Amino acid sequence: MLDSNLLGLLLVAGIVGGIKLMSSPKTAVEGNLLGAVCMAGAIILTLVSNQIVSIPILWVGMMIGSVFGYMLAVKVAMIQMPQMVALLNGLGGGSSAIVSWLVLLTGVGTIGVFERFTAAVGLAVGAVTLSGSLIATAKLSGKMKSKPTVLKNHSVYNFFTLLLTVLLVILITAGVEQTVALSVLAMLLTLFFGVLFTIRVGGADMPVTISLLNSLSGLAGAISGFAINNPLLVAVGSVVGASGLILTQIMCKAMNRSLMNVLTGKTALQAQKAGGSTAKKEVSGLKKSTTGGVAGKDSTTKNLATILAEAKKVIVVPGYGMALGQAQAKVKQVVDRLEEQGKEVKFAIHPVAGRMPGHMNVLLAEVNVEYEKLYELQAINPEFKETDLVIVIGANDVVNPAANTAEGTPIYGMPILQVDEAKHVIIMNMDTKPGYAGVDNPLYKSPKATLLLGDANESLTRILQLL
Amino acid sequence: MSILALFLLFILATVVGYKVISDVPSLLHTPLMSGTNALSGVTVLGAVVATAMAKETASQLLGAIAIILAMVNVVGGFMVTHRMLKMFKKKS
Repeated sequence: MLDSNLLGLLLVAGIVGGIKLMSSPKTAVEGNLLGAVCMAGAIILTLVSNQIVSIPILWVGMMIGSVFGYMLAVKVAMIQMPQMVALLNGLGGGSSAIVSWLVLLTGVGTIGVFERFTAAVGLAVGAVTLSGSLIATAKLSGKMKSKPTVLKNHSVYNFFTLLLTVLLVILITAGVEQTVALSVLAMLLTLFFGVLFTIRVGGADMPVTISLLNSLSGLAGAISGFAINNPLLVAVGSVVGASGLILTQIMCKAMNRSLMNVLTGKTALQAQKAGGSTAKKEVSGLKKSTTGGVAGKDSTTKNLATILAEAKKVIVVPGYGMALGQAQAKVKQVVDRLEEQGKEVKFAIHPVAGRMPGHMNVLLAEVNVEYEKLYELQAINPEFKETDLVIVIGANDVVNPAANTAEGTPIYGMPILQVDEAKHVIIMNMDTKPGYAGVDNPLYKSPKATLLLGDANESLTRILQLL
Repeated sequence: MSILALFLLFILATVVGYKVISDVPSLLHTPLMSGTNALSGVTVLGAVVATAMAKETASQLLGAIAIILAMVNVVGGFMVTHRMLKMFKKKS
């Protein structure tokens, strides 16, 4: 008879190995399958070692969940991936919260201090993950405004909600008689806290929030693993927790922001006060004269054609605008045409372009852009100098040269794609309003920039006609 | 397992996870995230045990909900990751 702990260890090793395989696009599919198989193994091992294989309700629950999961996964479009990930995070967190809650409800009087403590914390973290993810999902899918909602005394609410939660955890840990009622209160309170903390986060900061919620959903699982004394759950939960934490760090670094800054919605607030109003005034004249057409300081349609014809080295910079306009297929058409004409085309991907880590890569992969053509920030930046033409599609802050020079603005010091070093830049954007960070983009007034305003699909069609 | 052993496991798994995931290129961050996201449904392990332990009908129903939520997370997560990763692979 094999030891169940040893088997569990093997399964965890398999899951970690699966993640390891995901570090190369060539083996990533196998890595994911390995993870799935090990997960199935872990479920079976848990059922067998706890001698609960024959309980029907467990199988009914798993069947229903699998069917729903399958339907969701088949139906979802690539463009909806950010909200899908956020939703799934929330479900995992919610499940962990319920598991911890059940430990408290069914174990009254029988479980020790350690179980009571971990169950209370697991309940709290899980519930925050659930409600936070649901708000994030609503924001990402456009069911809620993506602008940060800041209440009066928001931080005060946050503080007292947290303080009360800590108090409840202490009381539950102490094992007072009213544990059941207190745990209900803790659940409601932490659900409320999840809402409080996500409504304050703005759209472009979503990559950070999703990563953080991902981390929290793993952590919630690990903590409920403590409560229910399941080593497998502890191990896998912490791997997920660590993964989300790394992504959160990467995202914060890519925006030159602290996590605290993002969570308190600071940048967006400063933006409204600082850059917003002046920028709008400056560009309003330009906007009127150019609505819906080809705009630019001194570029006409004619010399845009010349620029396109003469360019040999082209770099495409996609941003959230490409996702929003679902313009990735058109982008591929333009790139194909450019390549047919013997031009070299590369893609520059900023780490925080879009609404989740790697958002652009997935959309481009969907339309068959080879991943060898996608370059990360550090790899591509030295190349802009020798580039004839950069095409920016719906990106703003990540190419804003003000990040290098405008001290005191929210994006100062943020690593950007140095598109201003190229010979010419075509910028496709809805309008000339400053990006999410609210800092005016000097590139728009540069003589080497051509602005194409309006929907990215239409702008790309114009380019296609010129080629 | 003893509390101490669980804690050691927690720390070890965090370190190993951190190390392994640092190696994943940003190109694959979305699939990585949805993959580890599927893994966070591992809480289904806790859910089945907790449900089996539950004696009252209300607790059992609550447990069943936890199982359903976790399984949507697991199955949906892995399948959607598979869809994404296949797109990356077909070009190589």
